[in-house]
Amino acid sequence: MKKKDLPQDKGFIKEICYVKNSEGKYESDLSTGWDVKKEALDNAWDDINQQIEEAKKAIAAGEKSPIYYYFVKTLMDYQVLAGYTGFWKCSIKKHMTPKGFSKLSDKKLAKYAKAFDVSIDELKNPKI
Amino acid sequence: MVKDFKHIQTAHCENGVITSLLKHQGLDFMTEPLAFGMGAGLFYLHVPFLKFSGGPAISFRAMPGGIFKRTCNSLNIELDRRKFKNELKAEQFLDEKIKEGIPVGCQVGAYHLTYFPKEYRFHFNAHNLIVYGKEGDNYLISDPVMEEVTTLSSHDLNKVRFSQGMLAPKGHLYYPKKIGKIDKTTIQKAIISGINRNIIYMLKAPGPIIGVTGIKGTAKKIRTWRDKLGPRKAGLYLGQIVRMQEEIGTGGGGFRFLYAAFLEQAADHLQDDRLMPISDQFTKAGDMWRTSAVQMAGIYKGRLTEQKDFDDNADILNEISAIEKNAFQQLAKLKLK
Repeated sequence: MKKKDLPQDKGFIKEICYVKNSEGKYESDLSTGWDVKKEALDNAWDDINQQIEEAKKAIAAGEKSPIYYYFVKTLMDYQVLAGYTGFWKCSIKKHMTPKGFSKLSDKKLAKYAKAFDVSIDELKNPKI
Repeated sequence: MVKDFKHIQTAHCENGVITSLLKHQGLDFMTEPLAFGMGAGLFYLHVPFLKFSGGPAISFRAMPGGIFKRTCNSLNIELDRRKFKNELKAEQFLDEKIKEGIPVGCQVGAYHLTYFPKEYRFHFNAHNLIVYGKEGDNYLISDPVMEEVTTLSSHDLNKVRFSQGMLAPKGHLYYPKKIGKIDKTTIQKAIISGINRNIIYMLKAPGPIIGVTGIKGTAKKIRTWRDKLGPRKAGLYLGQIVRMQEEIGTGGGGFRFLYAAFLEQAADHLQDDRLMPISDQFTKAGDMWRTSAVQMAGIYKGRLTEQKDFDDNADILNEISAIEKNAFQQLAKLKLK
């Protein structure tokens, strides 16, 4: 890529890129962003936001517990949540159902609240 | 507090930590392309059956930590690296090193990194930064992908050092412990061993998931995505490839420009002009990766929707695979020793 071709579109932070200068030598230069990759990132976030909306509906319909909502909202996967809480994946899946959630002790709820960075009250009654 | 620590912004975090830490120890010749090439950083991997953020798991570079290890090994630099079970002990050890005036590299998770733009904060655990001091409760941070130095409170630093999930850092901390004598020959040897190792990674790995055959493997998959996943999901998959290829830290073109810059510098260090036309081939590969990204963007923006567009994209990837194969074969033919 030539230095003059380095995209300077809207982005989030200025990044170093390696480009050829007018003498044909490599040097590093800053790029403010590139539309092509910003759109890929925007798309990924649209998809995440859509999943969050679907999680909200699932809670309103009584299909899922708030654990599931926060799990989606904080972009976690099972390995991440298992790491933060110490629960097994199969237990987490149980806690994601309204029935499994209702049986959780305060101690276990506290672990989830800490993992999601919310209070126990917010965990029980998410602001949707 | 480490006095006179010089922050250097680089394309990639791991290269950046190596470059800054070694320069701080007086190795003035070190540059990001050299660190990347000595560490045999160029790679391609498409892990089958594994999903990352709901898309294909693809990497354009060697495994996290590997570049640092290989670069230091090839320069006869002794590393101290440790992980911790106990968060308090991890913090105490870090404080000790800072008191001794030693800047250290830390592996961290990106999700809780407070100074990162929100858009980049995923549960990605292989980010690297340098801690070079402490003022009150705040650690002084040199993050190679940021323009300026920054700070993290002890609570926030602890959180990112003990983030959870795949490749969880477990407080991983590292720094060069002992640097032996490094002269012209040592540097030349390190460059050559990096090149030869990279040839093996890209050409000799078996199966259609790694190296130049891995790129062809992805091409083959892309042809099936439109029918198998539907246009929306197929678009998200392609978007994920573009993100892995162009997001922060690649220097553009999936690290290919960085490797071309390395070969340019290698030609200088080895006094061997034969490397220059090969460097040009990696520039071409990088340019084509970017052409491919533009084409993929056409698909995920919904402008291109036909099977032919997916096939065109697969064709570009096959062409890239051929260029990179040829370039590494020519590097192998040089028989650098």
